[in-house]
Amino acid sequence: MQWFNVVLQGVLIGGLYAMFAAGLSLIFGVMRLVNIAHGDLIVLAAYISLIVTQAMGVDPLTSLLLVVPVMALIGYALQRGLLNRTLGEDLLPPLLVTFGLSIIIQNGLLELFTADSRRLQAGTIEILTFQVTQSVWVGALPLIQFGVAVAAVAGLQALFYKTALGRAFRATSDDQSVAQLMGLDTRHVFAMAMALSLAIVAIAGVFLAIRTNFDPAIGSARLIFGFEAVIIGGLGSMWGTLAGGIILGISQAIGAQIDPGWQLLAGHIVFLAILAVRPQGLFPKVSG
Amino acid sequence: MPDASLLEVKGIDAFYGDFQALFDVSLSVDAGQIVAVIGANGAGKSTLLKSIAGLRHPHRGEILFDGTPITDAPAFDVLNRGIALVPEGRRLFPSLSVEENLLIGGQSRRPGPWTLARVYELFPVLAERRHLPAPALSGGQQQMAAIGRALMSNPQLLLCDEISLGLAPIVVREIYSRLPRVVTEGLSLIIVEQDMMQALRAASHVYCLQEGRVALQGPAHALTRETISAAYFGV
Amino acid sequence: MSRVERATRSSRIGVALVTAALVVLALAPFWGDRQTLRLLAEMLTFVALASLWNLLAGYAGLVSVGQQAFVGLGGYLLFALAILLEVHPIAAILIAGPIGALVAVPVALLIFRLRGAYFAIGTWVVAEVFRLLASQISVLGGGSGTSLPAAVVVAMAPNRQMREFEIYWLALALTAIVLGAIVALLRSRHGLALTAIRDNEQAAQSNGIDVWRIKFIVYVLTAFATSMIGALIFLQKLRISPDTAFSVNDWTAFVIFITVIGGIGRIEGPIIGTIIFFMLRQTLADLGSLYLLMMGAVAIAVMLWAPKGLWGIFAERLGWQAMPLRRHLMLEETVGKP
Repeated sequence: MQWFNVVLQGVLIGGLYAMFAAGLSLIFGVMRLVNIAHGDLIVLAAYISLIVTQAMGVDPLTSLLLVVPVMALIGYALQRGLLNRTLGEDLLPPLLVTFGLSIIIQNGLLELFTADSRRLQAGTIEILTFQVTQSVWVGALPLIQFGVAVAAVAGLQALFYKTALGRAFRATSDDQSVAQLMGLDTRHVFAMAMALSLAIVAIAGVFLAIRTNFDPAIGSARLIFGFEAVIIGGLGSMWGTLAGGIILGISQAIGAQIDPGWQLLAGHIVFLAILAVRPQGLFPKVSG
Repeated sequence: MPDASLLEVKGIDAFYGDFQALFDVSLSVDAGQIVAVIGANGAGKSTLLKSIAGLRHPHRGEILFDGTPITDAPAFDVLNRGIALVPEGRRLFPSLSVEENLLIGGQSRRPGPWTLARVYELFPVLAERRHLPAPALSGGQQQMAAIGRALMSNPQLLLCDEISLGLAPIVVREIYSRLPRVVTEGLSLIIVEQDMMQALRAASHVYCLQEGRVALQGPAHALTRETISAAYFGV
Repeated sequence: MSRVERATRSSRIGVALVTAALVVLALAPFWGDRQTLRLLAEMLTFVALASLWNLLAGYAGLVSVGQQAFVGLGGYLLFALAILLEVHPIAAILIAGPIGALVAVPVALLIFRLRGAYFAIGTWVVAEVFRLLASQISVLGGGSGTSLPAAVVVAMAPNRQMREFEIYWLALALTAIVLGAIVALLRSRHGLALTAIRDNEQAAQSNGIDVWRIKFIVYVLTAFATSMIGALIFLQKLRISPDTAFSVNDWTAFVIFITVIGGIGRIEGPIIGTIIFFMLRQTLADLGSLYLLMMGAVAIAVMLWAPKGLWGIFAERLGWQAMPLRRHLMLEETVGKP
C-alpha cells in the first residue's frame, strides 16, 4: 500500500511536469525552437500570480484569469519582438538568445523580489483530501492539478488537429515558405504558438507555486524536468509528453522513497536510461 | 485607369547572392488573360514567379498589381491581395490531409466563387480522397490538390510553376483541360513551363526567358515554332 | 588557379605580440601585486574555458550548456585525489585530464543521440547528475562541500607567496598549452574538417568526412582540458561544494557570454571577450544581479546585431588576424551560380 501511494503521488506530480513539457514541445513542433528560458518563464508566472493575489486579494487559482492572458501576451511580444529574428538555419542564435533571456529573467526577479522563498497560499483547498483506500489519501489540489494537466494536453491536441490555428501551426511547421504563399503570416503564427506555450507555462507556474516554495533560481530545474518529459515521451506527441511527465514523476517519487537525496537523481537516471535504449522516446509520433 | 493591366512587372532585377537571376524583366497580364512564360532550365522562370508572389524581392524595378505596388510586399500579403502561386513540385503540406491542405488555401477568406465544393467539382478524385494525408495521393492528384489549394484563396491571378513536371502526358492533358473552366471564373493565369507546346496551346500571350532576360514575346498565334526555338535555346 | 595562404603580415605581427604577452604575463609575479596576480590567474582560466567552449560550439557545432560537468568533475577529482589518496595537487591536476576524458566517452555516446538544442539541454542534465552525485559523497562533505586540508596546501610550497606564484604560473602554462593545442588542432587535417562541418555539416558528411567521429574526438578532448582547468580553479579556491563546482552561471553562462561578446568561431574571440568581461565586472560588480542582467542583454544584442562578436567586427574592418589560422583561398576566377 505504501508503494501504491508513492506511485500515485508520482503520477499526480507527473501532470505538473507534463505541463512544463507541453509548452516546450509545442514551440519545438511549430518552429524547431528550444526555449532555454522556459523554466524561468514558469517562475515569472509564479511571481506575477504572487503580485495579483496580493494586490487584488484573490486566491491563486482565480489569479489564473489574469496571469494566463498576461503570460500569453508576453509570449506574443517576445516572439515578434525578439525570437523571430533568431530563427533560421543557424542553431546558435535562438539558443544563445534564450539563454541570455533566462539570465535576464532570473536576475531581474532577483532584483525585484530578492532571493527569499515564496509560496502561494490557496486556502482551505490545500488541506482538503479524499480517502482512496484505508491508508491512501489524495489531496484535492494534486487531483485538480492533474485534471488540469490532462485537460491542457487534451486541449492542445484538439487545437492542433481540429482548429484553423492548429492547421496553420502544422502547415507552417511542414513548409514555412509555402505557408506564406497560402497567406499565413508566419511571424504571427510563431507568435501565436509562443503565446499558447506561455499560457500553459502560466498555469504550470501557478500550480508549481502552490505546491512548493519558489525563488528566482528554481527555473532551470523546471526546464530540465520539462525537457526530460518531452524526450521520454517522444518528440511531437502530446499524449506521449503526458506519459513522459508521469514516468518522470513516478521515478522521482520512488527515488525519494528510497533516499530523499535520490529524488532528482532517480528522475535523471531514468531519463538517461531511456535515452540509451530508446532514443526516439517511448511514444514517438507515428507518421501520417 | 481603365486599361491598366492587372499585373505589371516593370524592369526587375533579381539576385541570389552575387548571382543575377533576372535582368530588367518586364511583363504584363490583362484580366482574364492566360500568359505563358517559357524557357530552359535556369532561365529565371521560377525566380520571376517567386518575385511576383512576394517570396523574393527584386533589387530593382517595380511590380504593380491592380495599380498598387507590391514590389516589397511579403508573400502572405500578396496572397491576400489576390495572387496565388502553385509552387513547383506541388509542395503540399505532408502532415495535413487533402481537405486540410485545401482549407489552408482558403483561410485568407477572400470572397469569390471557389469553395471546397467547387474544387471537388473541378477535381472529383480529390473529394474521394479528402481525408487521406497529402503524401498518399498520386503525383497528378497532388498537382490537382495544389491547384485547388491555390484556387481556394479566390485569387484574381493564378501563377502555375511547372505543373506538368514529372507527370504522365495523359495526366498533364487532363489537368490542362480543366484550366479553361478556371479562367471562365474571371481569373488570369501565368503558366510557367519547360514543355513549350503545352504552354503555347493554353496561352494567348507568350514570354520567352533566356538567361534571365526576356528574349522574345508576343501573341501566341503570331509566334512560329522556329522563332521560339531560337529564343528558347539561344541559337 | 588557386593557392592557399595562412600567414599574413598582420598574423606575423600577431605571433610576435602573443610571444611578448606571454613573456610579460610570465613575469607578472615580479611586477604585479597579489590582487593583480589573482585577477590574472582567474582571467587565464576563463580564457581557457571560453576557448574550449568556442572549440565545441563555434567549430564543432556542439552547443553545450553543461561544461560545468567537467569543471566540477576536475575540481572534485583534485579534492578526492589530494584528500583521500594524498596525491600532490599538481599531479592531481594532471590526472584529472585523462579521467575527465574517460568519463566523457560514455557521456558522449549517450547525449550525441540528441540533436541541436536538445543536445544542449542534454549536456545540462548530465551536469545536474554529476552535481547530485557529488552531493552524495559524504567523505567530501556531501551537499555542503569541503576545504583542502592545510597539510595538502603547505606541501605544495613552504610559504604562501611561493604557493600563489606556483598556482599563477600553472594557470598561465595550462592556458597557454590549451590555446596552443586548439590552434594546432585547427591547423591540422582535422581543423579543415571542423571548418567544413561548421560551414555545412551535410556537405561535409557527403564529402566523406566522418562528422560523428570528429565531433566525438573534439568533445572528449575538450572534456580532458576542461577537467584539468576545473581542478586548477578549485586549487585556487581551496574550497569546493557541489553548487559552486557545477554552477551553470559561473562555468557556462559567463563562458558563453565571453565567447559571444568576443567573437564565436574565432580563436581571438574568447581572449577579447574575457578582457571585456573582467573590465565590466571590475567596474559594475557592485550592481550585483543587475550586472548579470546587463551581461545577458549585451550578449543578446551582440548575437542579434553583431553575430561575429567584437573581434569579428574589428578583424573585418582591418583584415586582421592575430593567429595564422584562417586559410585564405586565393581564387583568380570568380565562381558563378552558387
